[in-house]
Amino acid sequence: MTDTAIEKSALAVRPVRRRPLSRNKTFRRFLPWMVVFGIFFLWQAAVAGFRIEEFVLPSPTSIFAAMWEFRGPLLVSAGQTFMTTAIGFACAIVVGLAAGVAVGSSSMIYAAVYPALIGFNTIPKVAVVPILIIWFGVGSSPAIITSFLLSFFPILVNVATGIATVEPELQDVMRALGANRWQVIKKVGLPRSMPFFFASLKVAITVAFIGSIVAETVGGNKGIGSFMLVASSRFEVPLAFAALLVTSMMGIIMYTITSTVEKRMTGWATRGPNGAISVAAG
Amino acid sequence: MIPTDTGSKNFVEMHRVSLRYGEDGDGTLALEDTSMRVDRGEFVAVVGPSGCGKSTLMKVVTGLWPATKGGVIVNSKEVDRPLSITGMAFQNPTLLPWRTTIDNVMLPLEIVEPHATLMKRDRAAYEAKAMDLLALVGLKGFENKFPWELSGGMQQRASLCRALIHEPALLMLDEPFGALDMFTREELWLSLQDLWLARRPTVILVTHDLREAVFLADRILVMSARPGKIIAERTIDLPRPRTLESSYDPYAVNLVHELRQHISAARETV
Ligand SMILES: Nc1ncnc2c1ncn2[C@@H]1O[C@H](COP(=O)(O)OP(=O)(O)O)[C@@H](O)[C@H]1O
Ligand SMILES: [Mg+2]
Repeated sequence: MTDTAIEKSALAVRPVRRRPLSRNKTFRRFLPWMVVFGIFFLWQAAVAGFRIEEFVLPSPTSIFAAMWEFRGPLLVSAGQTFMTTAIGFACAIVVGLAAGVAVGSSSMIYAAVYPALIGFNTIPKVAVVPILIIWFGVGSSPAIITSFLLSFFPILVNVATGIATVEPELQDVMRALGANRWQVIKKVGLPRSMPFFFASLKVAITVAFIGSIVAETVGGNKGIGSFMLVASSRFEVPLAFAALLVTSMMGIIMYTITSTVEKRMTGWATRGPNGAISVAAG
Repeated sequence: MIPTDTGSKNFVEMHRVSLRYGEDGDGTLALEDTSMRVDRGEFVAVVGPSGCGKSTLMKVVTGLWPATKGGVIVNSKEVDRPLSITGMAFQNPTLLPWRTTIDNVMLPLEIVEPHATLMKRDRAAYEAKAMDLLALVGLKGFENKFPWELSGGMQQRASLCRALIHEPALLMLDEPFGALDMFTREELWLSLQDLWLARRPTVILVTHDLREAVFLADRILVMSARPGKIIAERTIDLPRPRTLESSYDPYAVNLVHELRQHISAARETV
Protein backbone atom coordinates (compact mmCIF):
# COMPACT_ATOMS: atom_id res chain seq x y z
CA MET A 1 0.00 0.00 0.00
CA THR A 2 1.35 3.42 -0.89
CA ASP A 3 1.53 6.40 1.39
CA THR A 4 -1.26 8.22 -0.35
CA ALA A 5 -3.52 5.24 -0.02
CA ILE A 6 -2.89 5.17 3.72
CA GLU A 7 -3.65 8.85 3.93
CA LYS A 8 -6.84 8.44 1.94
CA SER A 9 -8.16 5.71 4.14
CA ALA A 10 -7.23 7.66 7.25
CA LEU A 11 -9.08 10.60 5.83
CA ALA A 12 -12.15 8.51 5.22
CA VAL A 13 -12.20 7.21 8.77
CA ARG A 14 -11.59 10.56 10.40
CA PRO A 15 -14.88 12.02 11.63
CA VAL A 16 -15.86 15.26 9.90
CA ARG A 17 -15.12 18.04 12.33
CA ARG A 18 -17.34 21.08 12.03
CA ARG A 19 -15.43 24.30 11.68
CA PRO A 20 -16.24 26.76 14.43
CA LEU A 21 -18.66 29.53 13.45
CA SER A 22 -16.05 32.22 14.13
CA ARG A 23 -13.93 30.88 11.22
CA ASN A 24 -16.80 30.83 8.76
CA LYS A 25 -16.25 33.41 6.01
CA THR A 26 -19.91 34.13 5.22
CA PHE A 27 -20.61 34.54 8.90
CA ARG A 28 -17.74 37.02 9.17
CA ARG A 29 -19.02 38.94 6.16
CA PHE A 30 -22.43 39.40 7.78
CA LEU A 31 -21.16 40.13 11.26
CA PRO A 32 -20.87 43.93 10.79
CA TRP A 33 -24.40 44.08 9.42
CA MET A 34 -25.70 42.14 12.37
CA VAL A 35 -24.00 44.58 14.73
CA VAL A 36 -25.56 47.57 12.95
CA PHE A 37 -28.95 45.90 12.95
CA GLY A 38 -28.53 45.09 16.65
CA ILE A 39 -27.73 48.71 17.49
CA PHE A 40 -30.83 49.95 15.66
CA PHE A 41 -32.94 47.31 17.35
CA LEU A 42 -31.75 48.27 20.87
CA TRP A 43 -32.14 51.93 20.00
CA GLN A 44 -35.73 51.41 18.83
CA ALA A 45 -36.51 49.38 21.96
CA ALA A 46 -34.98 52.00 24.26
CA VAL A 47 -36.87 54.89 22.64
CA ALA A 48 -40.14 52.98 22.90
CA GLY A 49 -39.43 51.53 26.35
CA PHE A 50 -38.35 54.77 28.05
CA ARG A 51 -40.84 56.88 26.08
CA ILE A 52 -38.10 59.23 24.88
CA GLU A 53 -39.45 62.32 23.10
CA GLU A 54 -38.78 62.52 19.38
CA PHE A 55 -37.00 65.92 19.60
CA VAL A 56 -34.55 64.45 22.13
CA LEU A 57 -33.75 61.16 20.43
CA PRO A 58 -35.83 60.04 17.49
CA SER A 59 -36.34 56.34 16.90
CA PRO A 60 -34.67 54.63 13.94
CA THR A 61 -38.04 54.10 12.27
CA SER A 62 -38.89 57.81 12.34
CA ILE A 63 -35.37 58.63 11.13
CA PHE A 64 -35.79 56.26 8.17
CA ALA A 65 -39.22 57.72 7.53
CA ALA A 66 -37.75 61.24 7.42
CA MET A 67 -34.95 59.98 5.22
CA TRP A 68 -37.44 58.55 2.74
CA GLU A 69 -39.69 61.61 2.80
CA PHE A 70 -36.82 64.03 2.11
CA ARG A 71 -34.84 61.69 -0.11
CA GLY A 72 -34.69 64.27 -2.91
CA PRO A 73 -33.08 67.17 -0.98
CA LEU A 74 -30.89 64.71 0.96
CA LEU A 75 -29.55 63.28 -2.27
CA VAL A 76 -28.84 66.74 -3.69
CA SER A 77 -26.98 67.75 -0.51
CA ALA A 78 -25.05 64.51 -0.38
CA GLY A 79 -24.09 64.94 -4.02
CA GLN A 80 -22.86 68.46 -3.32
CA THR A 81 -20.71 67.29 -0.39
CA PHE A 82 -19.42 64.37 -2.40
CA MET A 83 -18.43 66.76 -5.18
CA THR A 84 -16.52 69.18 -2.93
CA THR A 85 -14.83 66.26 -1.15
CA ALA A 86 -13.81 64.65 -4.43
CA ILE A 87 -12.37 67.87 -5.88
CA GLY A 88 -10.48 68.70 -2.67
CA PHE A 89 -9.23 65.12 -2.44
CA ALA A 90 -8.11 65.08 -6.09
CA CYS A 91 -6.14 68.32 -5.59
CA ALA A 92 -4.66 66.83 -2.40
CA ILE A 93 -3.47 63.77 -4.33
CA VAL A 94 -1.73 65.90 -6.97
CA VAL A 95 -0.18 68.36 -4.50
CA GLY A 96 0.58 65.73 -1.84
CA LEU A 97 2.27 63.43 -4.33
CA ALA A 98 4.37 66.18 -5.93
CA ALA A 99 5.33 67.80 -2.64
CA GLY A 100 5.95 64.40 -1.07
CA VAL A 101 8.40 63.50 -3.83
CA ALA A 102 10.17 66.85 -3.43
CA VAL A 103 10.36 66.65 0.37
CA GLY A 104 11.32 62.97 0.42
CA SER A 105 14.03 63.14 -2.21
CA SER A 106 15.96 66.14 -0.99
CA SER A 107 17.21 66.42 2.56
CA MET A 108 17.59 70.16 1.99
CA ILE A 109 13.94 70.67 1.06
CA TYR A 110 13.00 68.38 3.94
CA ALA A 111 14.96 70.44 6.45
CA ALA A 112 13.63 73.68 4.97
CA VAL A 113 9.90 72.99 4.88
CA TYR A 114 9.22 70.34 7.49
CA PRO A 115 8.93 72.67 10.50
CA ALA A 116 6.61 74.97 8.56
CA LEU A 117 4.50 72.01 7.48
CA ILE A 118 4.15 70.75 11.05
CA GLY A 119 3.19 74.24 12.18
CA PHE A 120 0.63 74.48 9.40
CA ASN A 121 -0.82 71.08 10.17
CA THR A 122 -1.48 71.94 13.81
CA ILE A 123 -3.71 74.89 12.91
CA PRO A 124 -7.31 73.85 13.57
CA LYS A 125 -8.86 74.06 10.13
CA VAL A 126 -12.27 75.07 11.55
CA ALA A 127 -10.65 78.39 12.41
CA VAL A 128 -9.65 78.89 8.79
CA VAL A 129 -13.14 78.45 7.35
CA PRO A 130 -14.43 81.96 8.23
CA ILE A 131 -11.36 83.44 6.54
CA LEU A 132 -11.97 81.30 3.46
CA ILE A 133 -15.54 82.55 3.39
CA ILE A 134 -14.32 86.14 3.49
CA TRP A 135 -11.97 85.40 0.58
CA PHE A 136 -14.17 83.19 -1.58
CA GLY A 137 -17.70 83.88 -0.37
CA VAL A 138 -20.27 81.30 0.67
CA GLY A 139 -20.49 78.38 -1.72
CA SER A 140 -18.48 75.37 -2.80
CA SER A 141 -15.02 76.94 -2.64
CA PRO A 142 -14.53 76.99 1.16
CA ALA A 143 -15.58 73.33 1.37
CA ILE A 144 -13.25 72.30 -1.45
CA ILE A 145 -10.33 74.21 0.03
CA THR A 146 -10.90 72.94 3.55
CA SER A 147 -11.05 69.34 2.40
CA PHE A 148 -7.89 69.90 0.38
CA LEU A 149 -6.06 71.54 3.30
CA LEU A 150 -6.94 68.67 5.62
CA SER A 151 -6.12 65.83 3.25
CA PHE A 152 -2.92 66.77 1.42
CA PHE A 153 -0.82 66.51 4.56
CA PRO A 154 -1.14 62.77 5.26
CA ILE A 155 -0.47 62.06 1.59
CA LEU A 156 2.62 64.27 1.55
CA VAL A 157 4.04 62.81 4.75
CA ASN A 158 3.58 59.22 3.62
CA VAL A 159 4.98 59.69 0.12
CA ALA A 160 7.94 61.57 1.58
CA THR A 161 8.54 58.78 4.10
CA GLY A 162 8.44 56.15 1.38
CA ILE A 163 10.98 57.98 -0.75
CA ALA A 164 13.26 59.08 2.07
CA THR A 165 13.60 55.55 3.44
CA VAL A 166 14.99 53.98 0.27
CA GLU A 167 17.84 51.71 1.39
CA PRO A 168 21.19 53.53 1.04
CA GLU A 169 22.67 50.46 -0.66
CA LEU A 170 19.98 50.56 -3.31
CA GLN A 171 20.81 54.20 -3.91
CA ASP A 172 24.46 53.23 -4.28
CA VAL A 173 23.53 50.54 -6.81
CA MET A 174 21.58 53.11 -8.82
CA ARG A 175 24.18 55.85 -8.61
CA ALA A 176 26.98 53.46 -9.52
CA LEU A 177 25.04 52.76 -12.71
CA GLY A 178 25.16 56.46 -13.47
CA ALA A 179 21.48 57.03 -12.67
CA ASN A 180 20.51 60.65 -12.15
CA ARG A 181 18.32 61.82 -9.33
CA TRP A 182 15.09 61.63 -11.33
CA GLN A 183 15.86 58.08 -12.48
CA VAL A 184 16.40 56.99 -8.88
CA ILE A 185 13.05 58.52 -7.93
CA LYS A 186 11.23 57.03 -10.91
CA LYS A 187 12.66 53.51 -10.71
CA VAL A 188 12.96 53.10 -6.95
CA GLY A 189 11.57 55.96 -4.85
CA LEU A 190 8.12 56.25 -6.36
CA PRO A 191 7.29 52.53 -6.65
CA ARG A 192 8.58 52.06 -3.16
CA SER A 193 6.38 54.83 -1.76
CA MET A 194 3.23 53.54 -3.48
CA PRO A 195 2.13 51.32 -0.58
CA PHE A 196 2.56 54.31 1.75
CA PHE A 197 0.68 56.49 -0.73
CA PHE A 198 -2.30 54.17 -1.12
CA ALA A 199 -2.45 53.54 2.61
CA SER A 200 -2.50 57.28 3.22
CA LEU A 201 -5.45 57.68 0.83
CA LYS A 202 -7.70 55.96 3.37
CA VAL A 203 -6.77 58.52 5.98
CA ALA A 204 -6.89 61.38 3.48
CA ILE A 205 -10.35 60.63 2.06
CA THR A 206 -11.79 60.52 5.57
CA VAL A 207 -10.34 63.87 6.61
CA ALA A 208 -11.24 65.40 3.22
CA PHE A 209 -14.84 64.44 3.86
CA ILE A 210 -14.72 65.83 7.39
CA GLY A 211 -13.23 69.03 5.97
CA SER A 212 -16.10 69.51 3.54
CA ILE A 213 -18.71 68.95 6.22
CA VAL A 214 -16.99 71.24 8.72
CA ALA A 215 -16.86 74.03 6.13
CA GLU A 216 -20.52 73.53 5.24
CA THR A 217 -21.51 73.55 8.89
CA VAL A 218 -19.50 76.62 9.84
CA GLY A 219 -20.70 78.68 6.94
CA GLY A 220 -22.25 77.09 3.95
CA ASN A 221 -25.53 77.19 2.11
CA LYS A 222 -25.20 73.84 0.39
CA GLY A 223 -24.18 70.29 1.22
CA ILE A 224 -25.06 67.73 3.84
CA GLY A 225 -23.39 69.71 6.66
CA SER A 226 -25.51 72.76 6.02
CA PHE A 227 -28.57 70.52 5.58
CA MET A 228 -27.99 69.07 9.04
CA LEU A 229 -27.61 72.52 10.54
CA VAL A 230 -30.82 73.80 8.97
CA ALA A 231 -32.79 70.73 10.03
CA SER A 232 -31.69 70.96 13.65
CA SER A 233 -32.29 74.73 13.80
CA ARG A 234 -35.90 73.96 12.76
CA PHE A 235 -36.09 71.25 15.42
CA GLU A 236 -36.65 68.65 12.74
CA VAL A 237 -34.57 66.25 14.77
CA PRO A 238 -35.40 63.01 12.85
CA LEU A 239 -34.32 64.74 9.65
CA ALA A 240 -31.06 65.95 11.25
CA PHE A 241 -30.38 62.37 12.31
CA ALA A 242 -31.24 61.16 8.83
CA ALA A 243 -28.62 63.54 7.41
CA LEU A 244 -26.14 62.25 9.98
CA LEU A 245 -26.84 58.69 8.87
CA VAL A 246 -26.33 59.63 5.22
CA THR A 247 -23.01 61.22 6.22
CA SER A 248 -21.72 58.10 7.86
CA MET A 249 -22.83 55.94 4.94
CA MET A 250 -20.94 58.22 2.56
CA GLY A 251 -17.87 57.99 4.77
CA ILE A 252 -18.00 54.20 4.77
CA ILE A 253 -18.45 54.07 0.99
CA MET A 254 -15.48 56.36 0.30
CA TYR A 255 -13.27 54.49 2.74
CA THR A 256 -14.20 51.16 1.19
CA ILE A 257 -13.41 52.41 -2.30
CA THR A 258 -9.95 53.68 -1.36
CA SER A 259 -9.11 50.61 0.68
CA THR A 260 -10.13 48.37 -2.27
CA VAL A 261 -7.91 50.42 -4.56
CA GLU A 262 -5.08 50.04 -2.06
CA LYS A 263 -5.38 46.25 -1.97
CA ARG A 264 -5.47 46.06 -5.76
CA MET A 265 -2.46 48.28 -6.34
CA THR A 266 0.08 47.19 -3.78
CA GLY A 267 -0.25 43.45 -3.34
CA TRP A 268 3.54 43.06 -3.42
CA ALA A 269 3.94 45.11 -0.26
CA THR A 270 1.78 42.90 1.94
CA ARG A 271 3.21 39.61 0.69
CA GLY A 272 6.89 40.38 1.25
CA PRO A 273 8.76 39.89 4.52
CA ASN A 274 8.32 43.45 5.70
CA GLY A 275 4.68 43.44 4.80
CA ALA A 276 2.63 45.70 6.99
CA ILE A 277 2.91 49.40 6.30
CA SER A 278 2.05 51.71 9.12
CA VAL A 279 0.64 55.03 8.12
CA ALA A 280 1.47 58.34 9.69
CA ALA A 281 -1.79 60.19 10.07
CA GLY A 282 -1.86 63.90 9.45
CA MET B 1 47.09 66.48 -9.51
CA ILE B 2 48.21 62.89 -9.84
CA PRO B 3 50.39 61.76 -12.68
CA THR B 4 48.09 59.69 -14.88
CA ASP B 5 50.14 56.86 -16.24
CA THR B 6 48.13 55.76 -19.27
CA GLY B 7 50.75 53.26 -20.31
CA SER B 8 50.20 50.98 -17.32
CA LYS B 9 47.73 48.14 -17.37
CA ASN B 10 46.38 49.17 -13.96
CA PHE B 11 42.66 49.49 -14.11
CA VAL B 12 42.12 50.82 -10.60
CA GLU B 13 44.66 52.88 -8.69
CA MET B 14 44.31 54.46 -5.28
CA HIS B 15 46.96 57.03 -4.44
CA ARG B 16 47.47 57.75 -0.74
CA VAL B 17 43.74 58.13 -0.15
CA SER B 18 42.45 59.37 3.18
CA LEU B 19 38.78 59.64 3.96
CA ARG B 20 37.20 61.31 6.95
CA TYR B 21 33.41 61.13 7.30
CA GLY B 22 31.51 64.25 8.29
CA GLU B 23 31.91 67.76 6.97
CA ASP B 24 33.64 69.63 9.77
CA GLY B 25 36.75 67.43 9.93
CA ASP B 26 36.00 65.77 13.26
CA GLY B 27 34.18 62.69 11.92
CA THR B 28 35.53 59.15 11.77
CA LEU B 29 38.81 58.77 9.93
CA ALA B 30 37.95 55.63 7.96
CA LEU B 31 40.87 55.43 5.54
CA GLU B 32 44.35 56.83 6.02
CA ASP B 33 47.01 56.98 3.35
CA THR B 34 45.71 53.93 1.50
CA SER B 35 47.29 52.98 -1.80
CA MET B 36 46.58 50.01 -4.01
CA ARG B 37 46.20 48.99 -7.62
CA VAL B 38 44.21 46.40 -9.49
CA ASP B 39 44.97 45.12 -12.99
CA ARG B 40 42.38 44.99 -15.73
CA GLY B 41 40.52 41.69 -15.49
CA GLU B 42 42.04 40.86 -12.14
CA PHE B 43 40.05 39.40 -9.23
CA VAL B 44 41.14 41.05 -5.99
CA ALA B 45 39.79 40.31 -2.52
CA VAL B 46 40.00 42.79 0.36
CA VAL B 47 39.98 41.35 3.87
CA GLY B 48 40.29 43.03 7.22
CA PRO B 49 38.76 43.35 10.68
CA SER B 50 35.19 44.60 10.79
CA GLY B 51 34.78 48.38 10.80
CA CYS B 52 38.22 48.93 9.28
CA GLY B 53 36.95 50.79 6.23
CA LYS B 54 36.42 48.09 3.60
CA SER B 55 33.02 49.40 2.52
CA THR B 56 34.46 52.89 2.58
CA LEU B 57 37.19 51.77 0.19
CA MET B 58 34.49 50.53 -2.20
CA LYS B 59 32.65 53.86 -2.02
CA VAL B 60 35.83 55.79 -2.78
CA VAL B 61 36.81 53.59 -5.72
CA THR B 62 33.36 53.89 -7.31
CA GLY B 63 33.25 57.63 -6.71
CA LEU B 64 30.17 57.38 -4.50
CA TRP B 65 32.05 59.21 -1.76
CA PRO B 66 34.83 61.72 -2.50
CA ALA B 67 38.25 61.15 -0.95
CA THR B 68 39.31 63.72 1.62
CA LYS B 69 42.93 63.45 0.49
CA GLY B 70 44.63 61.66 -2.35
CA GLY B 71 43.11 60.45 -5.58
CA VAL B 72 41.60 57.49 -7.38
CA ILE B 73 42.14 56.61 -11.01
CA VAL B 74 39.90 54.13 -12.77
CA ASN B 75 40.34 53.25 -16.42
CA SER B 76 42.98 56.00 -16.81
CA LYS B 77 40.60 58.71 -15.63
CA GLU B 78 40.57 60.43 -12.28
CA VAL B 79 37.38 59.63 -10.37
CA ASP B 80 35.48 62.78 -9.43
CA ARG B 81 31.89 61.56 -9.66
CA PRO B 82 30.10 58.20 -9.41
CA LEU B 83 31.41 55.88 -12.11
CA SER B 84 28.82 54.59 -14.50
CA ILE B 85 30.69 51.43 -15.47
CA THR B 86 30.27 49.63 -12.18
CA GLY B 87 28.13 46.74 -11.06
CA MET B 88 27.58 46.40 -7.34
CA ALA B 89 26.24 43.74 -5.00
CA PHE B 90 25.98 43.84 -1.23
CA GLN B 91 25.32 41.50 1.68
CA ASN B 92 21.66 42.44 1.40
CA PRO B 93 20.38 41.45 -2.09
CA THR B 94 18.39 44.75 -2.35
CA LEU B 95 16.08 43.43 -5.05
CA LEU B 96 13.04 45.55 -5.80
CA PRO B 97 10.06 43.69 -4.34
CA TRP B 98 7.62 45.00 -6.95
CA ARG B 99 9.64 43.58 -9.83
CA THR B 100 9.98 39.99 -10.98
CA THR B 101 13.42 38.39 -10.96
CA ILE B 102 14.04 39.09 -14.62
CA ASP B 103 12.83 42.69 -14.35
CA ASN B 104 15.13 43.15 -11.37
CA VAL B 105 18.06 41.80 -13.34
CA MET B 106 17.23 44.08 -16.26
CA LEU B 107 17.09 47.25 -14.14
CA PRO B 108 20.63 48.42 -15.07
CA LEU B 109 19.77 48.12 -18.76
CA GLU B 110 17.07 50.74 -18.29
CA ILE B 111 19.69 53.21 -17.08
CA VAL B 112 23.06 52.49 -18.66
CA GLU B 113 23.63 53.70 -22.22
CA PRO B 114 23.70 52.51 -24.95
CA HIS B 115 21.50 49.69 -23.59
CA ALA B 116 18.70 51.99 -22.44
CA THR B 117 18.19 53.31 -25.96
CA LEU B 118 18.78 50.00 -27.71
CA MET B 119 16.42 48.14 -25.42
CA LYS B 120 13.48 50.29 -26.51
CA ARG B 121 13.90 48.83 -29.99
CA ASP B 122 14.94 45.29 -29.20
CA ARG B 123 13.73 44.24 -25.80
CA ALA B 124 13.49 40.58 -26.75
CA ALA B 125 17.22 40.29 -27.39
CA TYR B 126 18.02 41.79 -24.00
CA GLU B 127 15.47 39.57 -22.33
CA ALA B 128 17.14 36.54 -23.88
CA LYS B 129 20.47 37.77 -22.54
CA ALA B 130 19.05 38.12 -19.05
CA MET B 131 17.55 34.63 -19.26
CA ASP B 132 20.94 33.20 -20.24
CA LEU B 133 22.61 34.93 -17.33
CA LEU B 134 19.97 33.65 -14.89
CA ALA B 135 20.39 30.15 -16.30
CA LEU B 136 24.15 30.40 -15.72
CA VAL B 137 23.59 30.86 -11.97
CA GLY B 138 20.91 28.18 -11.80
CA LEU B 139 17.82 30.37 -11.77
CA LYS B 140 16.21 28.94 -14.89
CA GLY B 141 12.47 28.80 -14.38
CA PHE B 142 12.44 31.51 -11.72
CA GLU B 143 12.48 34.47 -14.13
CA ASN B 144 8.92 35.49 -13.41
CA LYS B 145 8.94 34.88 -9.68
CA PHE B 146 8.98 37.78 -7.27
CA PRO B 147 11.85 38.18 -4.78
CA TRP B 148 9.76 36.98 -1.83
CA GLU B 149 9.25 33.69 -3.66
CA LEU B 150 13.03 33.06 -3.76
CA SER B 151 15.32 31.80 -1.01
CA GLY B 152 18.09 34.04 0.31
CA GLY B 153 20.70 32.32 -1.82
CA MET B 154 18.55 32.63 -4.94
CA GLN B 155 17.99 36.33 -4.26
CA GLN B 156 21.74 36.81 -3.95
CA ARG B 157 22.26 35.02 -7.28
CA ALA B 158 19.74 37.35 -8.90
CA SER B 159 21.54 40.28 -7.31
CA LEU B 160 24.81 39.08 -8.86
CA CYS B 161 23.12 38.86 -12.26
CA ARG B 162 21.85 42.40 -11.83
CA ALA B 163 25.41 43.52 -11.11
CA LEU B 164 26.65 41.84 -14.29
CA ILE B 165 23.89 42.24 -16.89
CA HIS B 166 25.25 45.46 -18.40
CA GLU B 167 28.72 43.90 -18.68
CA PRO B 168 30.41 46.37 -16.35
CA ALA B 169 34.16 46.70 -16.59
CA LEU B 170 34.33 46.85 -12.79
CA LEU B 171 32.44 44.61 -10.40
CA MET B 172 32.32 45.67 -6.74
CA LEU B 173 31.11 43.05 -4.27
CA ASP B 174 30.76 44.04 -0.63
CA GLU B 175 30.42 40.88 1.48
CA PRO B 176 27.85 39.51 -0.95
CA PHE B 177 27.67 36.08 0.68
CA GLY B 178 27.96 37.20 4.30
CA ALA B 179 24.37 36.40 5.21
CA LEU B 180 24.25 32.91 3.68
CA ASP B 181 24.86 29.48 5.17
CA MET B 182 28.10 27.70 4.27
CA PHE B 183 26.69 25.33 1.67
CA THR B 184 24.85 28.06 -0.21
CA ARG B 185 27.94 30.23 0.02
CA GLU B 186 30.15 27.57 -1.55
CA GLU B 187 27.67 27.06 -4.38
CA LEU B 188 27.72 30.77 -5.02
CA TRP B 189 31.53 30.85 -5.07
CA LEU B 190 31.37 28.42 -7.97
CA SER B 191 28.69 30.50 -9.72
CA LEU B 192 30.72 33.66 -9.27
CA GLN B 193 33.86 31.95 -10.57
CA ASP B 194 31.95 30.76 -13.65
CA LEU B 195 30.61 34.26 -14.25
CA TRP B 196 34.05 35.77 -13.86
CA LEU B 197 35.73 33.24 -16.15
CA ALA B 198 33.03 33.82 -18.79
CA ARG B 199 33.19 37.62 -18.70
CA ARG B 200 36.51 38.57 -17.13
CA PRO B 201 35.48 41.83 -15.47
CA THR B 202 37.80 43.46 -12.95
CA VAL B 203 36.48 42.40 -9.54
CA ILE B 204 37.02 43.85 -6.10
CA LEU B 205 35.48 41.59 -3.49
CA VAL B 206 35.23 42.58 0.15
CA THR B 207 34.85 39.64 2.49
CA HIS B 208 35.58 38.52 6.02
CA ASP B 209 35.70 34.87 4.97
CA LEU B 210 39.35 34.02 4.31
CA ARG B 211 38.56 30.72 2.61
CA GLU B 212 36.29 32.63 0.26
CA ALA B 213 39.07 35.09 -0.53
CA VAL B 214 41.57 32.31 -1.20
CA PHE B 215 39.11 30.35 -3.33
CA LEU B 216 38.07 33.25 -5.53
CA ALA B 217 40.83 35.82 -5.76
CA ASP B 218 44.02 36.24 -7.79
CA ARG B 219 45.36 38.50 -5.09
CA ILE B 220 44.36 39.31 -1.53
CA LEU B 221 44.82 42.69 0.16
CA VAL B 222 44.80 42.78 3.96
CA MET B 223 43.64 45.95 5.67
CA SER B 224 44.64 47.22 9.10
CA ALA B 225 42.19 48.20 11.80
CA ARG B 226 40.64 51.66 11.49
CA PRO B 227 41.86 53.96 10.07
CA GLY B 228 42.32 51.38 7.33
CA LYS B 229 45.26 50.97 5.04
CA ILE B 230 46.64 48.01 3.11
CA ILE B 231 49.20 46.26 5.31
CA ALA B 232 49.79 43.02 3.42
CA GLU B 233 49.29 41.52 0.03
CA ARG B 234 49.31 37.89 -1.17
CA THR B 235 49.09 36.43 -4.64
CA ILE B 236 47.20 33.14 -4.94
CA ASP B 237 48.79 30.70 -7.34
CA LEU B 238 46.03 28.19 -7.77
CA PRO B 239 44.97 27.06 -11.25
CA ARG B 240 41.52 27.91 -12.60
CA PRO B 241 38.84 26.82 -12.59
CA ARG B 242 39.26 26.06 -8.90
CA THR B 243 37.27 23.36 -7.18
CA LEU B 244 35.95 23.34 -3.64
CA GLU B 245 38.49 20.60 -2.85
CA SER B 246 41.28 22.97 -3.87
CA SER B 247 40.37 25.24 -0.98
CA TYR B 248 41.32 22.38 1.35
CA ASP B 249 44.71 21.59 -0.15
CA PRO B 250 47.74 22.41 2.04
CA TYR B 251 48.74 25.46 0.02
CA ALA B 252 45.32 27.08 0.49
CA VAL B 253 45.05 26.05 4.13
CA ASN B 254 48.45 27.57 4.88
CA LEU B 255 47.45 30.77 3.13
CA VAL B 256 44.25 31.06 5.17
CA HIS B 257 46.28 30.47 8.29
CA GLU B 258 48.82 33.13 7.38
CA LEU B 259 46.12 35.69 6.54
CA ARG B 260 44.38 34.97 9.81
CA GLN B 261 47.56 35.86 11.67
CA HIS B 262 47.87 39.11 9.76
CA ILE B 263 44.35 40.05 10.72
CA SER B 264 44.64 39.16 14.38
CA ALA B 265 47.84 41.22 14.47
CA ALA B 266 45.93 44.09 12.84
CA ARG B 267 43.18 43.84 15.43
CA GLU B 268 45.59 43.99 18.33
CA THR B 269 47.05 47.29 17.17
CA VAL B 270 43.67 49.01 17.81
N1 LIG C 1 28.23 57.23 6.09
C1 LIG C 1 29.05 57.23 7.16
N2 LIG C 1 29.12 58.32 7.96
C2 LIG C 1 29.94 58.34 9.02
N3 LIG C 1 30.73 57.32 9.38
C3 LIG C 1 30.71 56.20 8.64
C4 LIG C 1 29.88 56.10 7.49
N4 LIG C 1 30.07 54.88 6.92
C5 LIG C 1 30.99 54.26 7.70
N5 LIG C 1 31.38 55.05 8.72
C6 LIG C 1 32.40 54.71 9.73
O1 LIG C 1 33.62 54.45 9.08
C7 LIG C 1 34.26 53.32 9.63
C8 LIG C 1 34.53 52.29 8.56
O2 LIG C 1 33.29 51.78 8.09
P1 LIG C 1 33.15 50.71 6.93
O3 LIG C 1 33.92 51.17 5.76
O4 LIG C 1 31.69 50.46 6.72
O5 LIG C 1 33.83 49.43 7.58
P2 LIG C 1 33.81 47.90 7.10
O6 LIG C 1 33.04 47.82 5.82
O7 LIG C 1 35.26 47.54 6.95
O8 LIG C 1 33.19 47.10 8.19
C9 LIG C 1 33.37 52.80 10.74
O9 LIG C 1 33.87 53.26 11.98
C10 LIG C 1 32.03 53.43 10.46
O10 LIG C 1 31.37 53.71 11.66
MG1 LIG D 1 31.21 46.88 5.37
